[in-house]
Amino acid sequence: MAEFEPKIVCFACNWCTSAGADLAGTSRMEYQPNSVIIRVMCSSRVDPQHVLWAFKKGADGVIIGGCHPGDCHYQDGNYKTLRRVKLLKKLLADFGINPDRLRLEWISAAEGKKFVNVMNEFTDFIRKLGQLKLPENGGPPSGE
Amino acid sequence: MKNKKRTGVFVCHCGINIAGTVDVKKVAATLAKHEGVVLATDYVYMCSDPGQKLIIESIKEKNLDSVVVACCSPTLHESTFRKATNMAGLNPYQCEIANIREQCSWVHKDKEKATAKAIKITKSIVEKVQRNIPLEPISVPLTKRALVIGGGISGIQAALDIANGGYEVILVERSPSIGGHMIQLSETFPTLDCSQCILTPKMVEVSKHPNIKLLTYSEVQEISGFVGNFKVKILKKPTYVDPDACTLCGECAEVCPVVVPNEFDLGLTGRKAIYIPFPQAIPAAYTLDSEHCPGLVPIACGKCIDVCEPKAIDYDMKPQIIEEEVGAIVVATGYDLYEKERMAEYGYGRIPDVLDGLQFERLLSASGPTKGEVLRPSDHRVPKEVVFIQCCGSRDPELHNAYCSKICCMYTAKHAMLYKHHVPDGQAYVFYIDIRSGGKGYEEFVQRATEEDGVVYLRGKVSKVFQQNGKVIVWGVDTLSGKDIQIEADMVVLAMAIRPSRGATELAKILKISVDKDGFFSEAHPKLRPVESMVSGMFLAGMAQGPKDIPETVAQASGAASKVLAMFSADELTHDPIVAEVDENVCCGCKLCISQCPYDARIFDEEKGIVIVNEVLCEGCGACIAACPSGAAQQRNFTDEQILSMVDTILEGEK
Repeated sequence: MAEFEPKIVCFACNWCTSAGADLAGTSRMEYQPNSVIIRVMCSSRVDPQHVLWAFKKGADGVIIGGCHPGDCHYQDGNYKTLRRVKLLKKLLADFGINPDRLRLEWISAAEGKKFVNVMNEFTDFIRKLGQLKLPENGGPPSGE
Repeated sequence: MKNKKRTGVFVCHCGINIAGTVDVKKVAATLAKHEGVVLATDYVYMCSDPGQKLIIESIKEKNLDSVVVACCSPTLHESTFRKATNMAGLNPYQCEIANIREQCSWVHKDKEKATAKAIKITKSIVEKVQRNIPLEPISVPLTKRALVIGGGISGIQAALDIANGGYEVILVERSPSIGGHMIQLSETFPTLDCSQCILTPKMVEVSKHPNIKLLTYSEVQEISGFVGNFKVKILKKPTYVDPDACTLCGECAEVCPVVVPNEFDLGLTGRKAIYIPFPQAIPAAYTLDSEHCPGLVPIACGKCIDVCEPKAIDYDMKPQIIEEEVGAIVVATGYDLYEKERMAEYGYGRIPDVLDGLQFERLLSASGPTKGEVLRPSDHRVPKEVVFIQCCGSRDPELHNAYCSKICCMYTAKHAMLYKHHVPDGQAYVFYIDIRSGGKGYEEFVQRATEEDGVVYLRGKVSKVFQQNGKVIVWGVDTLSGKDIQIEADMVVLAMAIRPSRGATELAKILKISVDKDGFFSEAHPKLRPVESMVSGMFLAGMAQGPKDIPETVAQASGAASKVLAMFSADELTHDPIVAEVDENVCCGCKLCISQCPYDARIFDEEKGIVIVNEVLCEGCGACIAACPSGAAQQRNFTDEQILSMVDTILEGEK
């Protein structure tokens, strides 16, 4: 059986993380192709329901990338994301999903290398964790 | 809701940049089968003229209602392809970019996997664009007046440039005179131009300029509004002296019984409670410092008012709130020196003959407390050995600031050189980490200090400075020879780090612009937008944005002014339309979104009981959308439905 290949959705803010991912490309750095980026204007646009939806639809990991604290293009959107992610992680645990399957990272437009490291590290982490198995028909949580 | 059924997909090879790793034919063939896609094709360079022509003709021939170009990052060619789309008669917001180069072909090597990923990316963008709505840029009115905050060289330069461009400027300075730190300097590197001599003509020009309204002893208290339409409240503190009536006779200061340290000379001299900061002050008038004057209740003193012949003094002057409307703001609040209290190991503030760089400037200055003679503050003797210590508080991430203050290498070389010009038989030592002399004529200037003026440069740090037998003993190490060094100096000058001006953080909160980790105002882009702040309509100039020397400050100020002038050259402004909107039938008026909006763009409509969006204020971050519990709030062309459909496409075939 082929090794399990995780599916990862990456929500990246337009100004920092998506630009950091672009820099990784421009610098011809390599990382594992398991993630696909959805570009949003600000990490604070990411609604907890987007993350839950992704897990429901088969994502094994979700990563949200924003600007570093204090550097948000929209002043403090990333702080809002930080607060939402903290709550959302509690909710994930209640759903029986390992909260570590969701990660929030601050990656600036200048941090192509960091983007690559984060993607590789997170992909390896999720690969070790294995495929996310959600309970059928809203049954009891698997208690991951 | 999918409102597009005729999408065209254009896959770019970018030579081998994409086609080398991604099977572009397969991407096009797969996308051709996607729902609603009526054309999917590939071409070697989509951004080339024939490539764009292919898109334009396909839109017309196939009657496309939406376009996806799978190519490089949208930061590069989104505008190119949106313009091409528009030329074919389609709304430009019906064109979206699938980034399959920077975020796919350049970062992966396995062709099969990269192709599969490129297909997912492109499909997700097709799903998005099929739900896009046509948008028009939002028009915003424009007030063609500017506010400049800070009256140092950067603020002066920006104000003059804008005023000379024909627009009105309000220049706000919190101290009693404009001039900033530059007016305190003796000479400037590397030409040794007299600082006052080159700055005072500009100060006079400001005071006489018909387009400049100068508000000194004033502070910005409140700012509301948005680009093109800011409303500003400025507090004008009372000076208790009518500047038009004051004849500068100085009788008031003669009789004033209160002596306090003189800020202009950094405490090296005293001033009275009623004072003029320096003879060339603009506005040219005395100021009564109410904090130290005992006589605002005239029974207590009242000596100055008795001797003032022109009756310029008025104890009943009240603070004034001045309200102005401006279209653009230049922040030029400059710098202060790093807190001396934090440099206890160097004896600053404890040993009278340990000075900071600005104090030494005053000692060197012909208009300074010693009329340009270098004398020790403790006993007024000429110091024969002077130690200059660089990087005091700079480049020290453990204890102080991690950053380089940039100008200290140069001004220390200047200090040492000028000291030698004043005291030819004296000896100057400089402790340094590195010498950073990038700049026109700068390296030559440092060479001149060492070669012509015999300044001794010692590479190493100073561990301790203390007093002994009337001398200031400096313990240090010369890391080049590896030897400990003890110098029995007569005076020590510390090149204190540059830090943001006191009050800059508070001002940032008023302006709602961000500061970096060190407290300097953040520019919009470190390379390509160095004079703009993150907030449109607010620009940065000078040290407020980071340590820099005078020519760089002047250049940035002129850059900020030219941005303002370019803005004012239009009749109105436009604004990206990907803003928040509200479904009035769904919104329940819970107001959660109001707390999320950093731009005050969310307003509660009392009549309808719902929250609406001021499109002009909305910057389109989407924070309020994510907070909306009912789904009434959506971001145009970034709706929940669009994002969820993108997630679906990316994860298609799993579960």
